[in-house]
Amino acid sequence: MVFKRILLAVDGSEHSIRSANYAIELAEKFNGVINVVYVVDGNKAKSDVLHATDKFALKKMRNDKLKAVKELLNKTDIQYEIKILHGEAGPTLVNYANNNEIDGVVLGSRGLNNLQTFILGSVSHKVAKRVECPVLIVK
Amino acid sequence: MKVEQLKNEWFGNVKGDVLAGLVVALALIPEAIAFSIIAGVDPMIGLYASFCIAVVIAFVGGRPGMISAATGAMALLMVNLVADHGLQYLFAATILTGIIQIIFGVFKLARAMKFVPRSVMVGFVNSLAILIFTAQIPHFQGESWIMYALVGLTLAIIYLLPRITKAVPSALVAIIVVTAIVIFGKIDIGTVGDMGALKQQLPIFLIPSIPFTFETLMIIFPYSLALAIVGLLESLLTANIVDDMTDTESNKNKESRGQGIANIVAGFFGGMAGCAMIGQSVINVKSGGRGRLSALVAGSFLMFLIIVLGGLVVQIPMAALAGVMFMVSIGTFDWSSIRNLHKLPRTDAVVMLTTVAVVLYTHDLSKGVLAGVLLSAIFFAAKISKVKVTDELMMREQKRVYRIEGQLFFASVSDFTAKFVFADTVKEVEIDLSRAHLWDDSAVGALDKIQAKFEQHQINVEFTGLNEASKNLVQRIGGLSKASGH
Repeated sequence: MVFKRILLAVDGSEHSIRSANYAIELAEKFNGVINVVYVVDGNKAKSDVLHATDKFALKKMRNDKLKAVKELLNKTDIQYEIKILHGEAGPTLVNYANNNEIDGVVLGSRGLNNLQTFILGSVSHKVAKRVECPVLIVK
Repeated sequence: MKVEQLKNEWFGNVKGDVLAGLVVALALIPEAIAFSIIAGVDPMIGLYASFCIAVVIAFVGGRPGMISAATGAMALLMVNLVADHGLQYLFAATILTGIIQIIFGVFKLARAMKFVPRSVMVGFVNSLAILIFTAQIPHFQGESWIMYALVGLTLAIIYLLPRITKAVPSALVAIIVVTAIVIFGKIDIGTVGDMGALKQQLPIFLIPSIPFTFETLMIIFPYSLALAIVGLLESLLTANIVDDMTDTESNKNKESRGQGIANIVAGFFGGMAGCAMIGQSVINVKSGGRGRLSALVAGSFLMFLIIVLGGLVVQIPMAALAGVMFMVSIGTFDWSSIRNLHKLPRTDAVVMLTTVAVVLYTHDLSKGVLAGVLLSAIFFAAKISKVKVTDELMMREQKRVYRIEGQLFFASVSDFTAKFVFADTVKEVEIDLSRAHLWDDSAVGALDKIQAKFEQHQINVEFTGLNEASKNLVQRIGGLSKASGH
């Protein structure tokens, strides 16, 4: 088992930083690269556009959200790239993982509260069920 | 190249567009009916509007993948016009709205939307959500607990069904289930049929039967202007959201013109004014819609369903419709603005809340936007009118140097003038303007006055460091006689 290309799913929350630490550890062990993926769904797009003055402000706002993870990665020698994708978090992550030769997915288990999880379903559960490679769910 | 692009916009995503169009049509029907009821007109008016606007915008819109139809924001603006003057005036106002929007598009006024600050837009969607919510409350009056139970059931299905399946729109299932319960349970409760007639026929061309006089124009113009502005605001916001969701660009001026053409057509075919819909566009993109085809399919399928199923549609209980409207309201409200209210700059929060308060008080979204824009302009002027003045005494030359930092204009000069000590013991004063900018007549006037006051105390004044733009202004206005002397 080798983890050469690791998908790190982030949502800009505290949980992302914990997941990032695990992804970094894995990448260092296997000398792999990390694809940081941030998925913006319809509702997020709506509120982001509403609060950003223009396209550049929007881009900056999202980059700021990923800043903490980026700083963490910059402290290492690991090669990484950041992707901002649009769509529903679960299916979009699954698609990306299955189409980009990803060897392992790392993601946090909770960004949502109980009610949200009840209504929306848990992203980590969906991803774990349908991604073809191993998945590390960080608690 | 042009043909290639057009072909791609129409047929680049046929399967996704057709499927998404069908889903959107089903989601549009209850909203079109509910918004007609808000406006105080027959359900047919909103359905005809949704049909005409969706189909026309498919051809002439600037943002493929965006859905336009009868909307709550527009319906709320026409309530008084319908109540005071009747339906024919609404059709005329709808046509005039379209003409104004075309003018906006031709003169590329989409750019002017940048003068509407974000906090005003947030206030706009929040007050829209609250108004859609409160518009449902009259339906509860005089109804029994059954009404509450059915609304609760509608909402439960809408929010919980997606946990089991996402293949069918949950709002549609909720409407079917609740309607079935009412029909088979023989429950006596208000239905769509009670709110007005529903004709199972295609819209026909008609010229509004109104007197074509200046008086008529004066009646409809204020409504049309408000409709045109609100329609474009919501449409351009929606276009930006679709741009972001699909990672593509769109032509905002073409969209403004397209909205205008669509409203003119709607007005001539017995529909009410509409605009782009955030919720429906998000549904469309999520369901795979990307091209122009999806709006065309949505509009045509909606009309087809009404013609075929009109008899059933009138039996939809108002409870189901109110439930769907509660969902629309919850979806429209920007919840993050409440969560982050304490983190926002104080002035932004005040602008947002003021916009909401004015809309709720006047029931007019355009007045709220106007109040919000004005208030933010005042806040901006207040923020920028803080001028810093520091001074330094040069003992040997018996000279005091004032350094001015900031923007000098009508709002800032009164505070600024008060910062000088005129009864000074020095012989000479230097006013260093290298870090200031003069903006208007008041600025030049204030500097002249300062000079005059110093000279009353036998103190010579020298202005230095005027930047180029300020110098030009001074020369045009002809003040600061001594400063321009060298």
